[in-house]
Amino acid sequence: MDNPGLAPEKRLDATTVEEAIAYLRLEYADVVSTDDREGYQGLIVDSKRLVQIARVIHDDLGFDYLSSATAVDYLGAGDQMEMVYHAYRTSGGGALVFKAQTDREKAEIPSLTSIWRGADFQEREAWDLMGIRFPGHPNLKRILMWEGFHGHPLRKDWREAYYEEDQKPFDNRWPGGHVHRAEEKNVFGKNVTYPPDIDLGRLMDSSETAVYQSLGLGVDVERIMDKDGFETNELVVNMGPHHPSTHGVFRMVLTVDGETVTSLEPVMGYLHRNHEKIGERNTYLHNIPFTDRLDYISSMGNNHGYVLAVEQLMSLGRKYNPPTYRCEALRVLMVELSRIVNHLWAIGFWLNDIGAFFTPVLYFVQERERILDFFEAVAGSRMMCNYMRFGGLFGDLPERLKSVSNLTNDRVRDYNTMQFLTEMINERIPRTIDDLERLLTQNEILIERSVGVGVLSREDAINYSAAGPLLRGSGVDYDIRRADPYSIYPELDFDVAVEAEGDMYARYRVRVTELRESVRILKQILPRLEATAGESIWADGKPGAYAPRVPHGEAYGRVENGKGELGYYVVSAGGRGGSSNPWRYHVRAPSFINLTPMGIMSRGYKVADIVGILGSIDIVLGETDR
Amino acid sequence: MEVNLQELNKTEFPVPAELENNIAITSLSELYNWGRRNSLWPMLFGLACCAIEMIATAASRFDFSRFGFEVMRATPRQADLMIVSGTVTKKMVVPIVRLYNQMPEPKYVMAMGACASGGGPFKEGYNVVSGMDKYLPVDVYVPGCPPTPQALLHGMIALQRKIDGQSIANGDDVPWYGVGTAEPTPVPVLGPDIIDPRQMDMIRRQAEAAATDIASIGIRELPAATQMVAARVTADAAAESETSPVSQDALSFVLPTGAAPWAEAEDIREKRKLRALARKALRATRRAAAAEEE
Repeated sequence: MDNPGLAPEKRLDATTVEEAIAYLRLEYADVVSTDDREGYQGLIVDSKRLVQIARVIHDDLGFDYLSSATAVDYLGAGDQMEMVYHAYRTSGGGALVFKAQTDREKAEIPSLTSIWRGADFQEREAWDLMGIRFPGHPNLKRILMWEGFHGHPLRKDWREAYYEEDQKPFDNRWPGGHVHRAEEKNVFGKNVTYPPDIDLGRLMDSSETAVYQSLGLGVDVERIMDKDGFETNELVVNMGPHHPSTHGVFRMVLTVDGETVTSLEPVMGYLHRNHEKIGERNTYLHNIPFTDRLDYISSMGNNHGYVLAVEQLMSLGRKYNPPTYRCEALRVLMVELSRIVNHLWAIGFWLNDIGAFFTPVLYFVQERERILDFFEAVAGSRMMCNYMRFGGLFGDLPERLKSVSNLTNDRVRDYNTMQFLTEMINERIPRTIDDLERLLTQNEILIERSVGVGVLSREDAINYSAAGPLLRGSGVDYDIRRADPYSIYPELDFDVAVEAEGDMYARYRVRVTELRESVRILKQILPRLEATAGESIWADGKPGAYAPRVPHGEAYGRVENGKGELGYYVVSAGGRGGSSNPWRYHVRAPSFINLTPMGIMSRGYKVADIVGILGSIDIVLGETDR
Repeated sequence: MEVNLQELNKTEFPVPAELENNIAITSLSELYNWGRRNSLWPMLFGLACCAIEMIATAASRFDFSRFGFEVMRATPRQADLMIVSGTVTKKMVVPIVRLYNQMPEPKYVMAMGACASGGGPFKEGYNVVSGMDKYLPVDVYVPGCPPTPQALLHGMIALQRKIDGQSIANGDDVPWYGVGTAEPTPVPVLGPDIIDPRQMDMIRRQAEAAATDIASIGIRELPAATQMVAARVTADAAAESETSPVSQDALSFVLPTGAAPWAEAEDIREKRKLRALARKALRATRRAAAAEEE
């Protein structure tokens, strides 16, 4: 293979992705090969020399940001496990996708945490759910399930207790008119199965150290607990999973020396509801309402990422019409409104965490309720909008907003939709943001609490794969809407909010600026909606297929959601006609990966700052645990 | 229950004239319930998506403090009501049961949303508990995914109605005045899968059965339940045709003792079916008789 257009004097980190791939193919021909499966992209790297190649990709080629690392089980299609890495440059541009394959039985792939620390939690997840070992990983323990759980559930041959069939739609659940439920078929009446050699005698370990058994990073619980005598300098503090300030069922274990945090470890999985396993049983369309329940504050954004990924796959086939302009404009409208909801909520609850208990939130919830009324009138549900479809939307804007479930004294009854939107975007939301800024931005207490606290340096932010306001608050000018644009963002005029300080206050400032930029985008969307009024949201005028057949291949669709980069990695293993169910469905959840630097961000600060730091990351547990 | 003071003052009991409008007479139960129903303190505790709607219900627009729910306590020791707002996972049910055990009686549990009521959209998930009532007694179920704030308020009012119906004179209604301390709910254990201590014996029996090659379900590495049902159906069909000798072998492999663990459920269903058929036949004969009379 010749070397297309790579000038020798050109700097390696300034090459295009294609040139970078060509360079790797040329220089490391013995270990790197092109992934030539139908519909696949990127490179396959020999896992024995993965670390070396990854070092070249990171150091020489300048792909400093590891967006996603996930595993796929190709049972029956090559019978190997595969790790898929999506690396980007923070200067912008597309992904360098590279993969490493390993045997299913003795799955082992070297850890890349020494190059991208952001791979830490993602590799632990791959170990937990897929059973791939990562030699070189500092703390390879289960992350979403508990230590001692039987099996690795995302493997294709692993079956859950309520297993019925591999793929939906299932056979009749009412054979002969008699309904049966999954628990009736299970002798325990519950969603459980046990291995035949279960040893019940050894389970009742309720010692205090047992609750810390899956920890590893820096928190040496046993040493601290086993200390003789009464020494109070160093303590282990357990926060959560039931704690009012952890934004759900999140748990942190920290060691403190006096009041200063010496180490912290996030513990998660308390809301792990098997999104991916269920997603692989579902049809493609089934998954849209499930994505609503990931980041349940901004469901529209979740829909968007998923439909983008599947549309990418569908565009490989012949029968695919891209969304119309009106559809794209409506998508951006919804997504930006969700972003406003998300940031208002995030700022409000962050203030809760640093002591302004619930009063500011009430003002933001007021505005949020109005936006939710709009969502309810358009999509049918307040929170779980389930609005986007492949190549289109659930429906166009209604002429007038009439919401059956609104209260009698509600202001959103029987409104002209465009008038309502115009008023909301031009007056009400800007007014709320002004109020917010007037009360908070120069507030002395807020500044005292947040400036210089929870600092994350620029280098760490990139290396730990932080995303969204957490990344931009550390001075990295990286917004996917700009860096790797999708939908109609290229033609919209907006600025990327960046603050250099990297502390809690900087993240707050980023969110406020993004609120204003979202309003700016929305103001540009309004005339576009008016110009396209009456046009169809579907390319051929009628809704897309109920059960689309998706061509063979892989796709990674990512959007800039309120909390950061939300990515969907979807693999379709269809034959000639395509598949109706995803073979692999993975969510790159910003809330999950943004917690990777939580430990280093908290070290050295006071216990009271911890909830504030967590609040400034802005996580939502539906997405963290999936 | 509304307490109308005018109503209360009109009593057949002799009240001195100077104390009129100062004395109210009611039953002890009603007074007791009136106090309890209007000061239910929920636990500040959210699980998933439904928690967001719960917060929205607590916030200014819907404001459940209008019904006496405003004092949300972050500690279970001060809470009367546990709103299970979201998907209960196997990993989370352990702390939830602990929290429940720490709540003082009288205590109530509300399953908010489809997940807490029965597993919801995530029911089939390997880490999902199919309903809070598998572990704790639930008083009110609120449907929805998530329930709107209006629905949650409706559920809360339903709980108040439930309290109204309880009488202090009836020991079953107020078990917390019984003798001795209440037994705590056994806390589940995280083993290879979640283990309910109340089912230990059953699990042991199943494991023994599995070890001695007796087909049992709920134990991994044996045919999945659906396959077994399919095998039995084909075996039944073959037995009916009485041609294939294979059928008996298949049956004995699947059901060596002649009874499957789910046989009871099947049995009940079979009986229900027969009863329905009998009713249908009865109706038909009645109709025929009526037609004859005409």
